[in-house]
Amino acid sequence: MHGTSTPAPAAETTFHRSRRRRRFWARSARSAVPYGLIVPVVVVIALILGYPLYWLAKLSTQRYGLFELIQHHGSSVGFANYRSILHDSVFWHTLLRTVVFTAVNVTATMVLGLLIALLLVRVSTPVRLVLSSGLVLVWSMPVVVAVQVFYWMTNFQNGVVNYLLTQLHVGNFEQHDWYASTFSQLSLVTVLIVWGALPFVAITLFAGLAQVPRDLVEAAEVDGARPWGVFRDITVPILRPILLILTSLSIIWDFGVFTQPYLLIGQSKIHTGNYLMSVYLFEEGYFKADFGRGAAISILMLLIVAALSVVYVRRMVRIGVAQ
Amino acid sequence: MSRRSRRRLRQAGWNAVGLAVFVVMVFPVFWMISTAFKSNDQIVALKPVWFPLHPTLQHFTDAIHRPYFWRDVLNSMIVVGITVAISIVVAFLAAIALARYRFTLREVFVVLIIGIQMLPQAGLIIPLYVVLARYHQVNALSGLIVTYMTFVLPFCVWTLRGFLIGIPKDLEEAAMVDGSTRLGVFMKILLPLMGPGLVATSVFAFITTWNEYIFARVLLNDQSKQTITVWLSYFLGTSRNTDWGALMAASTLTAIPVVLFFIAVQRRIQFGLTAGAVRG
Repeated sequence: MHGTSTPAPAAETTFHRSRRRRRFWARSARSAVPYGLIVPVVVVIALILGYPLYWLAKLSTQRYGLFELIQHHGSSVGFANYRSILHDSVFWHTLLRTVVFTAVNVTATMVLGLLIALLLVRVSTPVRLVLSSGLVLVWSMPVVVAVQVFYWMTNFQNGVVNYLLTQLHVGNFEQHDWYASTFSQLSLVTVLIVWGALPFVAITLFAGLAQVPRDLVEAAEVDGARPWGVFRDITVPILRPILLILTSLSIIWDFGVFTQPYLLIGQSKIHTGNYLMSVYLFEEGYFKADFGRGAAISILMLLIVAALSVVYVRRMVRIGVAQ
Repeated sequence: MSRRSRRRLRQAGWNAVGLAVFVVMVFPVFWMISTAFKSNDQIVALKPVWFPLHPTLQHFTDAIHRPYFWRDVLNSMIVVGITVAISIVVAFLAAIALARYRFTLREVFVVLIIGIQMLPQAGLIIPLYVVLARYHQVNALSGLIVTYMTFVLPFCVWTLRGFLIGIPKDLEEAAMVDGSTRLGVFMKILLPLMGPGLVATSVFAFITTWNEYIFARVLLNDQSKQTITVWLSYFLGTSRNTDWGALMAASTLTAIPVVLFFIAVQRRIQFGLTAGAVRG
């Protein structure tokens, strides 16, 4: 960048003015570059997300079923969809069930993930390699594949889980039907979700543990700190940012989970008594082709998730803006 | 017992726990592969056969000869290929803007990119279905590709931005001083250095798209138009006598490309994620 020019004699003013103007355009062209670069992404997002979101708001105030879908025209019903949902005990029961389900899943994922991360630090190198490769393998399993494998393992006729539990004298599980009760169904879904999420959490936390300074731990031990004290006063504070991000991500993911409960429990066994939020939305809105009511449920769900995301998004935005 | 042997014993204990966790975690994957290679008698045996000593490929043959297997694999490849190709190019531009420029609406854009990734997919099936139905894009791969872009784009922007930050600005500035144009800097310096990052991000975008279930389930009804994950989810059907061997063979086949790609790039993305988490 050139410095500001010294006051010019009268004869040269026009020349200077045109140069200044040129510089002005050059500068605006430069400051337009980033906007030019983000335009394609913004346009795509506006078209395929913004426009449907506008429709979502509109649909939620309309009666819009199969007939209206074919007609391409819904009839306005005001807030009737919202009223019907908020007065429906199924919605409130589903919400409560999903909150409890999320709490159990997130707690199990975080506690077990942290334990495996700490275990990875303790074991000797060959075992660490074996265990972490195993975790990466599990991490890479597609969800739909995992569902099919779990379904096969828990099959009541010749599922290997029943055999193993019986052999290990946990009880008599011969021909035990894991899909008989809601509690049992959702427990299986929890095992599936936690199993799938553990590798990501454990490996990320393990990477974070590498940042715990060794000499700090040793100094604390020399001063007589017990392992629990070291963990509470040194490890946890250093891991806190990672723990916070992983916990918020898990809450958001588990609250909106669809594929695992829908496929593992199976469409034929889904009913109002074992709905989770996403399944409820899918069944009531899409499957029953009641798009107006489904849109209202979607909006309620999006609002809840937005509230849950505030901590995570704010944190990530701070990282993104500060870089 | 001496102090040293006590410590060795404790180490052996931790190692044993580590291997036990490994066995429990990996068992489902092992069981899938093992079942896929067993004969039908061994699969339904009351006392499970752990290792198929006489492996058979029969189930793999059965699986790939099921109706629509190849059709749906091809569909998945088309959807994944186009989605990733468009997303990576478009996202790279936006990532450069985020990593290299300061502009007034930058913060708004960051919020948009992060916020979208948090939207629960189920919450969007209804408006997307209705809007795409209006434009006759339901039951068409193009509709699905467009839908996937909404999620793959922000992910790519964010991940590529992370890789770009890792490349020192000095290199570009030095080239600019030497008289290179912006485009020249981009082609000669940024693009080659970003190679690994672009590959890793594409692979991750490939995996999320290949694995996606709910949108494909909602937007594609025709069996000949489905993706491989939906095909696999319908495998069980309604019959009571499930062909477990073929189901596990099909599951193995669906997982193979994902597992291979994932293992290839896992370290890079993991580092990016951790670096991001710690930097906060």
